[in-house]
Amino acid sequence: MSVFGDVPLAPPVAVFKLSADFREDGHPQKVNLGVGAYRTDDCQPWVLPVVKKVERLIVEDAGLNHEYLPILGLPEFRSASSKVALGDGSAAIKDGRVGGVQALGGTGALRIGAEFLRRWYNGVNNTATPVYVSAPTWENHNSVFADAGFKDIRPYHYWDAAKRGLDLAGLLDDLEKAPEHSVFVLHACAHNPTGTDPTREEWKQISEIMKRRSLFVFFDSAYQGFASGDLDKDAWAIRYFVSEGFELFIAQSFSKNFGLYNERVGYLTVVARDSENLSRTLSQMEKIVRTTWSNPPSQGARIVSKTLNCPELFAEWKSNVKTMADRVLLMRDQLKAKLQALGTPGTWDHITQQIGMFSFTGLNPKQVEYMIAEKHVYLMASGRINMCGLTTSNIDYIAQSIHDAVTKKSHFFRVENKLNRSLGRCLINMVGVFSPDVLCCCATLLPQKEKTSFTDH
Amino acid sequence: MVVSLNLPIDHVSSWWGGVQMGPPDPILGVTEAFKRDTNPKKMNLGVGAYRDDHGKPFVLSCVRKAEELITAKHMDKEYLPIGGLGDFSKCCAQLALGADSEVLKSSRNITVQTISGTGSLRIGANFLARFHGGPRDVYLPKPSWGNHTPIFRDAGMQLKAYRYYDPSTCGFDFKGALDDISKIPEQSVIMLHACAHNPTGVDPKPEQWKEISDLVKKRNLLVFFDMAYQGFASGDIDRDAWAVRYFIEQGHNILLSQSFAKNMGLYGERVGGFTVVCNDTEEAKRVESQLKILIRPIYSNPPMNGARIAATILNTPDLRSLWLEEVHFMANRIIKMREQLVAGLKKEGSSHNWQHVIDQIGMFCFTGLKPEQVERLTKEFSVYMTKDGRISMAGVTSANVGYLAHGIHAVTK
Repeated sequence: MSVFGDVPLAPPVAVFKLSADFREDGHPQKVNLGVGAYRTDDCQPWVLPVVKKVERLIVEDAGLNHEYLPILGLPEFRSASSKVALGDGSAAIKDGRVGGVQALGGTGALRIGAEFLRRWYNGVNNTATPVYVSAPTWENHNSVFADAGFKDIRPYHYWDAAKRGLDLAGLLDDLEKAPEHSVFVLHACAHNPTGTDPTREEWKQISEIMKRRSLFVFFDSAYQGFASGDLDKDAWAIRYFVSEGFELFIAQSFSKNFGLYNERVGYLTVVARDSENLSRTLSQMEKIVRTTWSNPPSQGARIVSKTLNCPELFAEWKSNVKTMADRVLLMRDQLKAKLQALGTPGTWDHITQQIGMFSFTGLNPKQVEYMIAEKHVYLMASGRINMCGLTTSNIDYIAQSIHDAVTKKSHFFRVENKLNRSLGRCLINMVGVFSPDVLCCCATLLPQKEKTSFTDH
Repeated sequence: MVVSLNLPIDHVSSWWGGVQMGPPDPILGVTEAFKRDTNPKKMNLGVGAYRDDHGKPFVLSCVRKAEELITAKHMDKEYLPIGGLGDFSKCCAQLALGADSEVLKSSRNITVQTISGTGSLRIGANFLARFHGGPRDVYLPKPSWGNHTPIFRDAGMQLKAYRYYDPSTCGFDFKGALDDISKIPEQSVIMLHACAHNPTGVDPKPEQWKEISDLVKKRNLLVFFDMAYQGFASGDIDRDAWAVRYFIEQGHNILLSQSFAKNMGLYGERVGGFTVVCNDTEEAKRVESQLKILIRPIYSNPPMNGARIAATILNTPDLRSLWLEEVHFMANRIIKMREQLVAGLKKEGSSHNWQHVIDQIGMFCFTGLKPEQVERLTKEFSVYMTKDGRISMAGVTSANVGYLAHGIHAVTK
């Protein structure tokens, strides 16, 4: 009789299952538009030239060793990360009220922030404090906050499927109606998975309500530099909120903009009212880190730190980032142009209006299924594609595949008792852990679902 | 302990007004205090990080060679799977269980790469909290590594203890351990240090391990081994893994945490493994799927660098031989320092019995010093150590062992 006899088989994490299926597919024209990692025009991973350079410097430096980092991370990395997010001239940094925690990727930063909020944010037990994530959002957001102990994770309106853009009215309404002190996870730029960001005016409206209603700002910033190609432009929303006086968290990832995916380089920037509050906060975050991973890995932080703190390397990095962002922008332009040339039903402006690595194509699950099964083009069930998977060699095939999917599988698709895809995927992942009853009762919390059609516009 | 302050939330001030200042970490806090000290004779005997005979951090040659090999391969930086680098997990399990292990042959283990030992323990603790049908209690030896308690507590488990260290002998309280273990409720989790017990350096002898195994089996307890010092204790990796392998042979389906921080000197790269020995492959697959569900919302997938180095070393024959030599060398230096410390104390004229300093094994020595004596040793001699009297022998060198003997004698005579 095993103690683990009753452990159920959990479904695989969707995005990784997609890659696994892709790998097993023998079709010569197969394309992977799933996982969010940059690819060159040869569809190869790209180690940034500046990263190669800095890694050589590190390996050749006989003075470096593999000793433990401090619990909160490499000091030079920490200060540089905050500066990248908040800007060189940041008044908050000058005031000594900005600090943070080096973490394992953006995920690790979110988790440390979430664990801290659950313990300390509004009183000492925040398990009942509502946490709002966008509908849809990166599917791991739900799990991070749930596993950190939050029992009430809710969607806020974000993606308007009908107009294929931001549901601003719905979003603002949710902000007005959220219980005070609720936590809101905001995507700083290049929203994942929709690629749809609020305009500056819209951010101002969001900020006004959040301030008035004492809502907590938790930014997820995984694509700084990657969205527009400009670090400062991509950080505008974050900096605006800081200048408006918010105390906030920013979970930063250097996975994409440094191409350091597997070294797990991230940072949780903490902006507090003053240095005294900051230091108590960091002291408690230390305790959380100590029981999670003790201290963070050094390699990735060294690479980022050396790069950000050296003017020449910093300039080279910015240009590497722009190379990636520019290629994505080019693919967006070309995909839209080809779909229009093919006469594919529907409007495709959203392809170029959306920003960052991902595009929410608007393809419905049946069309996605067709793309995968018939065309061997792998994308997420939500219709999300990774623009980086497009190349000059495969873009015609992809455009044609989308065209075929839309014309052959076009029908009014209504999600009745099905779940919002990205939230649903997370809940489906959790079914293996909790009972199906949880799945059903969560279904009632979700907004009425999208009607996606390419024949009505 | 968190205390609710019931402070009114004042929106104009900070959200964090009610956040208490956390006390410094008892172990890592020692290093921070040490850094602030200006005494040229200061000694840091706090953290268990190996130092060479000049008191300097030691980067193993096999590590440097592995790094060169890796750099030359120009590999990409794509995400690892959630469970980590496959090559690493495989050789990590092999190292612990032995290449001829029946468990490995029948693929009834799941081994995932983790964020060193801490990350491994935390994943294990989270897994227990979620899936263990037995009592919520984890039984730790008394004393145990200071971080064990908060790790299990934060994961939602409760902590209890079984007698382990006998302060009157500075050795193993075998009778007390058996007595306490015999009373542990069935299906509870019992934590065992595989070798080089931290903080005492006191390990059971093989015959004692056998009796513990029998008793644990009788009580139907779930065994969780923490092996952070394989190779570092005796200098021999197979000898140090003996208890783990014996328990498995005896039919215990164990949980196992491994760290490569010390034995490969990869501290800051965070290299570790977590293993669950299951009944069969099917069960291992189910457990693996749930481990991934646990890991993904903590850090998504583990860091590559250290695991790549460790795997390269273990899988490249001449690097592996070099590694075994270097581990042996590190362990031997520690053993020599133990002998020199005892010799030094004799020379100082100490009348106490310091045999335990030589009998204890691994990086740490439980000196037997009381908190007041520790405080004096720190204040008067700038010798930094944890309050429980634990010293990291790795911080002792032939140059400072005499000074240490002098200080210890001064506060204990």
